[in-house]
Amino acid sequence: MKTKNIMIVGVGGQGSLLASKLLGQLFLSQGYDVKVSEVHGMSQRGGSVVTYVRYGDRVASPLIDKGEADLIVSFEVLEAARWMSFLRADGQIVTSTQQIDPMPVVTGAAAYPEDLVRKMRDAGVKVDALDCLSVAMEAGSAKAVNIVLMGRLSRYFDFPEEAWQQALEAVVPPKFLEMNKKAFALGREA
Amino acid sequence: MKKLMLGNAAAARGLYEAGCAVVSSYPGTPSTEITEEAAKYDEIYCEWAPNEKVAMETAFGASLAGKRSFCGMKHVGLNVAADPLFTVSYTGVNAGMVIAVADDPGMHSSQNEQDSRHYARAAKIPMLEPADSAEALAFAKLAYDLSEAFDTPVLLKMCTRVAHSQSVVETSDRIVPPEKPYQKNIAKYVMMPGNAIRRHPAVEERTRRLAAWAETADINRVEAGEDHAVGIITSSTCYQYVKEVCGDRYPVLKLGMIWPLPAEKIRAFAASVEKVIVVEELDPFVEDQCRAMGIAVTGKALFPPEGELSQNIVAEKLGVPYAQGRALDETIPARPPVMCAGCPHRGLFYTLNRNKCTVLGDIGCYTLGAVAPLSSIEMTLCMGASISGLHGFNKALGKESENKTVCVIGDSTFMHSGMTGLANVAYNQSNSTVIILDNSITGMTGHQQNPTTGYNIKGDPAGKIDLESLCRAMGFNRVRVVDPYDLKACDRAVKEELAADEPSVIISRRPCALLKYVRHKAPLKVSADKCIGCRSCMRIGCPAISIREGKARVDFTLCVGCGVCSQLCPVSAFESTEKGV
Repeated sequence: MKTKNIMIVGVGGQGSLLASKLLGQLFLSQGYDVKVSEVHGMSQRGGSVVTYVRYGDRVASPLIDKGEADLIVSFEVLEAARWMSFLRADGQIVTSTQQIDPMPVVTGAAAYPEDLVRKMRDAGVKVDALDCLSVAMEAGSAKAVNIVLMGRLSRYFDFPEEAWQQALEAVVPPKFLEMNKKAFALGREA
Repeated sequence: MKKLMLGNAAAARGLYEAGCAVVSSYPGTPSTEITEEAAKYDEIYCEWAPNEKVAMETAFGASLAGKRSFCGMKHVGLNVAADPLFTVSYTGVNAGMVIAVADDPGMHSSQNEQDSRHYARAAKIPMLEPADSAEALAFAKLAYDLSEAFDTPVLLKMCTRVAHSQSVVETSDRIVPPEKPYQKNIAKYVMMPGNAIRRHPAVEERTRRLAAWAETADINRVEAGEDHAVGIITSSTCYQYVKEVCGDRYPVLKLGMIWPLPAEKIRAFAASVEKVIVVEELDPFVEDQCRAMGIAVTGKALFPPEGELSQNIVAEKLGVPYAQGRALDETIPARPPVMCAGCPHRGLFYTLNRNKCTVLGDIGCYTLGAVAPLSSIEMTLCMGASISGLHGFNKALGKESENKTVCVIGDSTFMHSGMTGLANVAYNQSNSTVIILDNSITGMTGHQQNPTTGYNIKGDPAGKIDLESLCRAMGFNRVRVVDPYDLKACDRAVKEELAADEPSVIISRRPCALLKYVRHKAPLKVSADKCIGCRSCMRIGCPAISIREGKARVDFTLCVGCGVCSQLCPVSAFESTEKGV
């Protein structure tokens, strides 16, 4: 099988490490070779962050490069647009509609571009946009945005839902499992 | 059992399986998790040392005493530990000693992108370079065997993409080798000239034996390829990019040990192909050595000496077609890292700006005080340089700078390398104002304890160094503590200490807002009726505050209710969202 590439992008601190852990666990449980590449340290302080998740028969590079991603999962609209060039021609973006102003916008040195979802679609990119924050709050916590996104993402795979549930159980602390299961289900069905 | 493991966690697993008993490190991205993960094994004694030099000497002491030991650090940490490094090469070890050094090409979280491989050659210590998690585990174990067989410390070189990538590993059980009781051996372990002169030839002989071992070691392996027009020599994460791009097309010499190199193996490989290309990040380390052996290779003529490589860069340089991707025709504003909402450093930097201070900075989250709109810090060099730099600055300019120049240094960085700078201020008497940003944790690397926090690596109570007493003991009469959330108190402290005609220390104390035990107030909200859109609150660069339709707005998912913004608002537009308020 040709290696599949999934990028998780967002703003440092949004929970992309848990999302990548979940995907890694899932793909491993399905018998694939897996590589997950993360960035720690300074970028985690509110900067643009990206995690690469790759699976297949044998995965060499831990990175995903421009034009290679089958899926980009984004916690934030501007980040989806920023990383769009990493998408394959027929790739899919799954994004939360949340907007977080980067510091140049906060200081007034730059503007937050308008209508990014429409502009990406106009450029011929398949974009699935969902207000994951509202869904997460419906599930019980704004912090569950990452799991709502994973639920949404699960629609683009043929894995049985049970496999996703098991991966969820493997990476989420028991205390928060029920709430996260709800978040996952709401994201998947929304 | 097959597991998905971070490269650093796999290295820690390797330490565990090899029977490592003592670990001492200082945190530094991308090396930190090796020690954090090792600390999860109860069989290994683990600690955070105040700095890398102390860590390496501690590991050496444990090796001397007969237990397998380890210290880990980032590339610039090895500069700090370079002093013991060069001489532990001479003494050799008793039980195995492994030193991990993690480079950060691309500088994801570093102040430079030095190539630590040079240290292996300079200190004459063998260096293993894993290319994924499975190798990180295997090489950590192998490093101990080499260390004991060749009587040498062994360097395990990681890089960001190996350290922070998860890949599949198979774990096995821990095997503790028989202890090697300590034996007095003055000629071997006391490095004064008479003894060191006799040890140096042993080091040279050791290198010759290691080079001979490298010739037959299976970690330096040739992978067959169909097309002999090109042969590629590579190691570490670059090997993965080469395999991604070329598959089995070209023969590859995959190096697991990059110093000393197997000259005959390289020569034979070069003879089997028409042209040799060395694919390596940063400096032409392997390339230069090949040239010195008289082997014609191409490397940095193709690949850049700065930044990380990737599969697309390798494909481009090797002439393999690759996808380009399509960017959105839109200006996307950059998103640089910022101080978190509720970060205690923010109020202090705002105060320094208001007082038009020249601020010399240090290494940590607070380096972000250099980013707009605070743009406060004007110098950052290395751990501890803020205090010594301020001393030099004030000695050079005298009164001209003394009453408006300060330095800022975090609690952990102060323990690492700030105390000696402070001793210089006290001893040689510059009228310096030193600000210790005490957020009760080592922040940037992801919350490690340090000698001022009162807890050890496991979170258990430990010795606690009292910063105020320490500064007073050094001879500072003026030592005061402020809460950086209290802008008025900060302003008063900065003004008074700059005006004082003797050196002073201000401790800006409040725990990191991300610490789990820190209880936050409810998020604030802006009363749209009251907000006049003056943007006063925007001057602190809080990521939770933005302007929407001319009015300030607080992102409730980010705000922790620190209230610094409300102290700047002329119309008291910030209100608590707490129920009943």
